[in-house]
Amino acid sequence: MLATAIIVFREVLEAALVIGIVLAASRGVPARAAWIAAGVGGGLVGAVLVAASADAIAQAVAGIGQELFNAAILFAAVAMLGWHSVWMSRHGREIAAQANRLGTSVRAGTQPLYALALVVGLAVLREGSEIVLFLYGIALAGGGGGMVLGGALGLVAGAAAGAAIYLGLLAIPVHRLFAVTTWLILLLAAGMASQGAAFLLQADLLPAFGNTVWDTSSLLSDQSPLGQALHALIGYTAQPAGIQLVFYGATLLVLSLLMRLVGRPERRRPAPAARMSQR
Amino acid sequence: MRTFQRHCCGLAAIVALAMVVAPVGATEPGPTITIKGRDFVPSEVQVPAGVKVKLLVRNENATASEFESTELHREKVVAPGAEVGVFVGPLSPGRYEFFDDFHPETRGYLVVK
Repeated sequence: MLATAIIVFREVLEAALVIGIVLAASRGVPARAAWIAAGVGGGLVGAVLVAASADAIAQAVAGIGQELFNAAILFAAVAMLGWHSVWMSRHGREIAAQANRLGTSVRAGTQPLYALALVVGLAVLREGSEIVLFLYGIALAGGGGGMVLGGALGLVAGAAAGAAIYLGLLAIPVHRLFAVTTWLILLLAAGMASQGAAFLLQADLLPAFGNTVWDTSSLLSDQSPLGQALHALIGYTAQPAGIQLVFYGATLLVLSLLMRLVGRPERRRPAPAARMSQR
Repeated sequence: MRTFQRHCCGLAAIVALAMVVAPVGATEPGPTITIKGRDFVPSEVQVPAGVKVKLLVRNENATASEFESTELHREKVVAPGAEVGVFVGPLSPGRYEFFDDFHPETRGYLVVK
């Protein structure tokens, strides 16, 4: 039962942390609960479908279907997180200013919630399909009550971790919250890009650029709870391949450049003197 | 905006180049690892160093497994009764552990010589 709980916890943790961050990042936006719930619901339906067609996916595209599928899901999530960050770089300041004036009941703008809902849905789909496959296996093997209890325990513990990060983020003053969630979302995106690169490497579509650039597994193993949490949050891996670092860095670089370029008109108004001299 | 486009082009070029360059180099057929009950059979397989090898992982159980190795950056779900290919290498000599993520007590080693 405990083994079941631990495995379910690990899978739930990743999705729960994503949901916690997304909920904090969309704080005060109307109808966000409905959007995020739709993301979770859609992800669950998708998870069952993916689990049911696991073998068909794996055999597709000359046997690299599973890798391509996972990479596609991860890069789609990266794109949505990036879109959210770039959008926020333009509008986040106004929202934060307004939130400051009005307290938490800010009704500013229409934050692109479909992007965040999709991110949630994709995370639930990816982790959920593994949970479905795993629990279905235990049920087939006659796991019965222990499985239900273990699964529920893992789910509750994972959800608690998600709730913890959400509540922790809510403790941040509203005017600083978006700056923090923007960084968390950038790191989340970079971590997902590095995971996506690992799947393309596994599919033999990318070179490794060094199989193990460093090894911190003796300090913090990927399998430990903290390692798992950091893996979900910032893409930590004890033995990264070179190509993962390339994707990680490139995602951070490209997204922060985009945010600067798009956010500039609002953020960096030239000083009055400079504006005069331009005329 | 122009800088952004340049960055995008640069990134796209790197990715495209990587995709073209990567598959070069022949892949050798590797050993088959069978998941039987809670064991990998055999629990230790050998592959030559410095070449790319395609392992075959077959699941003879009625339940799904996930063939995983943190050292090798590999994780692949193997449906009941299915057989999947897993590319590894080129690797330097050593002992690399792999396990079944759905049954973490099920472990095996890839020995690279």
